[in-house]
Amino acid sequence: MSAGNFNNTNASARPWFERLDRVDRRWIFLLMFLAVSGPILWIGVTGKTLPEAPTLAARAVFQEIDQLPARSLVLISFDYDPASAGELQPMATSLVRQCAAKNLRMVFIALWPLGNQVAQQTIQDVIRDDYPALKEGEDFVNMGYQAGNEAVMKLLLTDFAKAFPKDSRGEATSNIPMLKDVKMASQFPLLISISAGYPGSKEWVQYVISAKNEEMNFVAGCTGVSAPQLYPYFPQQIAGLLGAIKGAAEYESMVNESLAVDGVATAPKYLQAQRRMGPQLVAHLLMVGLIIVGNVIFFARKRRGAA
Amino acid sequence: MTRQAKTWLVIGAVFVALLVARGMIGQGLGRVYVKRTDVTVTLPDTAAVNSAAAGAASASASASTSASTSASTSASTTAVSAPATAPSITSTSLASGTTMSWQEWKQVPPLEFIAAQKANPAQTEITMSWPRTIGLWLAAFFTLAIFSFLYADNPFYKIAESLVVGVSAAYWGVIGFWDTLVPKMFGALTPGLVKSLVQPSLVAPEMLQQISMVFALILGVMMLWRLLPRGGWISAWPLAFIVGVTAGLKIVSHVESDLMAQAAATMKPLVVSVTDASGATNMWDSWWASVANVLLVTGVICCLAYFFFSVEHKGVVGGAARVGIWYLMITFGASFGFTVMGRIALLAARVEFLFDDWLWLIDPNHFRGL
Repeated sequence: MSAGNFNNTNASARPWFERLDRVDRRWIFLLMFLAVSGPILWIGVTGKTLPEAPTLAARAVFQEIDQLPARSLVLISFDYDPASAGELQPMATSLVRQCAAKNLRMVFIALWPLGNQVAQQTIQDVIRDDYPALKEGEDFVNMGYQAGNEAVMKLLLTDFAKAFPKDSRGEATSNIPMLKDVKMASQFPLLISISAGYPGSKEWVQYVISAKNEEMNFVAGCTGVSAPQLYPYFPQQIAGLLGAIKGAAEYESMVNESLAVDGVATAPKYLQAQRRMGPQLVAHLLMVGLIIVGNVIFFARKRRGAA
Repeated sequence: MTRQAKTWLVIGAVFVALLVARGMIGQGLGRVYVKRTDVTVTLPDTAAVNSAAAGAASASASASTSASTSASTSASTTAVSAPATAPSITSTSLASGTTMSWQEWKQVPPLEFIAAQKANPAQTEITMSWPRTIGLWLAAFFTLAIFSFLYADNPFYKIAESLVVGVSAAYWGVIGFWDTLVPKMFGALTPGLVKSLVQPSLVAPEMLQQISMVFALILGVMMLWRLLPRGGWISAWPLAFIVGVTAGLKIVSHVESDLMAQAAATMKPLVVSVTDASGATNMWDSWWASVANVLLVTGVICCLAYFFFSVEHKGVVGGAARVGIWYLMITFGASFGFTVMGRIALLAARVEFLFDDWLWLIDPNHFRGL
């Protein structure tokens, strides 16, 4: 039976699957809004989060940072902007927190214009608020944004100071104590990229890691859209990978567990990713339900057509 | 009045009524309070700093910070770490001993404002920030304006969309000028002028860089030649340069990272033996590691078979191609799943903003403590 036949029939006379098929899509939008907002309200009021079982890729990120000796240099590239902060900020917060707790020396860079501001906000939220003993220029430095995409990456391999001649405060790189001996990117034992697209983790693999895979390790955090493109690089070229908010929640739970103090609750700002897994769960269940309903309609229609 | 207009009117009226009701319950909603901090920094003697530090610390790191008390206001002051906010001595033209003062405004919870008001109703240290509050309401308005498209296209959505396009275009223009043209082009060609006029912290380029920028400037002018009525062909030369350089860069990196490294990563043993710390073989882990490798190798071969069109997809090749299609379908499904996850995460972040920062329905960060 074709759809055209139903146009001439009374709505109540239509079979159930046809009525379902013609449901206004705005009802689905409303259902999705409720599926997301319900858990947010519930988690916001109760403070409860779902338990996380870290997968291999997320565990690898934690271990890569954990195995570094104290005072090691880590290059952290903020390759995203506020548009993707909902997905990437929780993992950025946890990554910086683990590095700060391990007393690693962090060098922040940004290949996206607004990455500089996002890095600055992360530094404020994690380092200045919770690790005030860390000094700018000695324990961490924000080199700011540099235009040039892949050209900056290639330049980092040969001359760090040329790629980033000054930090975000305007201080010349040669005057920054923690960068005195840094000539090129391969002197960083670990490179971390938190990326939302181009340029991002994929370009870091192509232009830096493929050339210096022996000397430096690379871990990445990425959005859900770009995760499938990056998984083929794991674990050879990308030692650890945080795929979307799920990867962030797994990693966040590991960092929280490793830094937990008896009797002290984890600060809410370090539970962002786990909080967002509640809406994920309900929204995904809704999606699965809708896909099943769609398939049922499809097969019911097919059967009716065959009969 | 059309049916759609009536619907919008009803939705708007209900929404405003709910908003007013929310504003009258408890502590209300959507306000931003800020606390003022007066900061005073005295730049030390540069020569003394440089000799004493002997390269151990940057001059900015040793800038002394002192808290000052504003006589005209009752604001208490907090000592702020100089390196965090103060400009570097080496990058400014200020003389040693110069005192700099400024005010910093930090967001504080509403309860802090209420407590401060209770203690001293005339206090001005903690106040409601109108610019930030208006910004918050605008952010909420534009979030809802974009969401309203889900119901139907409407003027609010159009306004929000136009603003995004306009602001983005202007922002990228500004970024391109100040982060690329000024420091890289003008800064290389006329470093003294740029340093004295617009970017005091500009690091002087080397001679080679200056020469290369002359070359870049010539290419840029040639590219713009296409805008002239005659000689448009001249722009083909810089385009050829860009295509050549990009192709050279991409070919090398793609061959290294996406061909050689990926091919090497696919050459895995089909039978894996995983041993534990004592050296004994873990049968369970070995089984799964072997299954994973078999699936990986099979997937690569079958997907390659699907895209191999020189041979008709019959027999073994046809079977392999069919399996390859299954692998591709699973890959597309996984990609779709990840995309859904990403989009829901972004939606959750916006909804959290509306409920938390704007409507004050929840307080997941325990900021307001209401």
